[in-house]
Amino acid sequence: MRRFSPLVFLFILFLTACQAAVNSTAEVNAALPVETIENKGSDTIVNLALAWAEAYQKVDPHVAISVTGGGTGTGITALINGTVDIANASRRIKDEELSAALAAGYDPQEFIIARDAIAIIVNPQNPVDHLTPQQLSAIYKGEINNWSELGGDDLEIVRLSRETNSGTHVYFLESVIRLGNPKDDAIFSADTLLLPSSEGIIAEVKENPHAIGYDSLGYITDDVKMVAISSLENPADYVLPSIQSVNDNSYVISRDLYIYTLEPPAGVIKEYIDWLFSPEAQQIVRDLGFVPILKP
Amino acid sequence: MKNSQYQGNRIINSVIRITGYSSVLFVLLILFFLLREGLPALGSTPLASLFSLRWYPIEGYFGIVPLILGSLLVTVIATLIALPFGICTAVFLAEVAPSWLRDILKPIIEILAGIPSVVLGFIGILVFVPFIRKFLDIPTGLTAFTGALLLGLISIPTIVSVAEDALNTVPGSYRQAALALGATQWQTIWHVTLPAAKSGVLTAVMLGIGRSLGETMAVMMVTGNAPVMPVHLNSIFAPVRTMTATIASEMGEVASGSQHYQVLFFIGIILFLLSLVINISASLVSTRSRGRAERLLS
Repeated sequence: MRRFSPLVFLFILFLTACQAAVNSTAEVNAALPVETIENKGSDTIVNLALAWAEAYQKVDPHVAISVTGGGTGTGITALINGTVDIANASRRIKDEELSAALAAGYDPQEFIIARDAIAIIVNPQNPVDHLTPQQLSAIYKGEINNWSELGGDDLEIVRLSRETNSGTHVYFLESVIRLGNPKDDAIFSADTLLLPSSEGIIAEVKENPHAIGYDSLGYITDDVKMVAISSLENPADYVLPSIQSVNDNSYVISRDLYIYTLEPPAGVIKEYIDWLFSPEAQQIVRDLGFVPILKP
Repeated sequence: MKNSQYQGNRIINSVIRITGYSSVLFVLLILFFLLREGLPALGSTPLASLFSLRWYPIEGYFGIVPLILGSLLVTVIATLIALPFGICTAVFLAEVAPSWLRDILKPIIEILAGIPSVVLGFIGILVFVPFIRKFLDIPTGLTAFTGALLLGLISIPTIVSVAEDALNTVPGSYRQAALALGATQWQTIWHVTLPAAKSGVLTAVMLGIGRSLGETMAVMMVTGNAPVMPVHLNSIFAPVRTMTATIASEMGEVASGSQHYQVLFFIGIILFLLSLVINISASLVSTRSRGRAERLLS
């Protein structure tokens, strides 16, 4: 008998585990069934979506919202493949994605749920504190390669960017490198470092005086320095990103943040999306450093 | 009684046979899947474009040459780092170290093998990257060399454990004979034990190379992922983008069946072929050198 005691012990463990599982299911069944909303996409929005999901637990405890990141392209692909209910996007849906969804017989819906500024960041030791859009474009196209050309120290510029599956990357390409000109076909300089996460960009800029990067305003920490940017119309008027400067449109590198659903929302998904526009949900937007769509 | 024992044997035998065959089946299925998804890339993308020098898939630049060279560069440097370290450690463990020290070192090396590569990547970002940038005075520490250092760390445990096993299988009588003839310990190791274990040691090295070539996460975190052509001497200390990092970071976004998707699978085929070449050359080298070692010692 002694020989078998570990086996017996395991068996008892197994039985108790079964018991626990049965119990928890019973509890849930006693109350209303829990509905799950799957939510995936932009890494820019993922923290915001998580905060919303958490707050929504108090609004409606019978809806569980599971949030994952992975990038806007990833989220929209998952939406079209039918594995998620809501896709978070930091750019508008692309024509080919839209036609793929339409071809699959869906009717995708778009909601603008917040606004965001993209801050240009450098190391705090870097004396450069303002740039024009043209200078920024030239830096990322590889035409300006040394900080001394911009009034800084004699250091080679190290360009940092998010990976190509990031909506922020696509927005930056279209609005900054190509200066919003759809006929321009300029692309990132080949030696641009493509980092897999926002944190990776912040970590490298914080540590490296050569580096320049861009990131969503909500992710900027005090360890890096934001650069004031002018607009094409007022090249001498440099503005730092803030909620104020995004709302009065004086900071130009700003964009809308979206969520997409496959069909016009109904049921719990509709209730959730309606709640996103409430003052409570938009206060979370403000708390996380993004720009609310309701005027305060 | 006897009959039931016989039947039990038969069942166990056939289960073992099925699991043995299944691994062949899995490899064939993987190959079939890779070819089915990746070969259409040759149809949708002209060869001149596929083997051009610029990788920027969201605008239709599908040049995979920088990615192949990036992977090769990182793997070669990692092997140059891991090879001497790994083999010397294995020799030390198997031939030199007293048994109490071996009992401490061996589990530690096994722990090193068990550390997830993403954790090593994290340490790489926080420690290696800033250190290499300042120490070498280069613009950024996110370089091929940083990736190779991490890969070296990752492949050393593989090399050590396989090579040490090979050294342990060398019969003690070889060493005793060499020592009896008046050879020093170093001469015994270099001229007798290592040659006798040559095939196992080479297998260890090839497994280490395979490990470096296939590693994804740590490399993606510290090499900077810039798809530049690593053709200058100082490319070692510049960012590169490897094939594995490209597949890992882009596979999630592509629409299934699109041109980008096919090209990513085509990169998968190239990776598969490269590791096949490494494995085949490993087995060729090990069978050939076993013949030579046996001749040497017979």
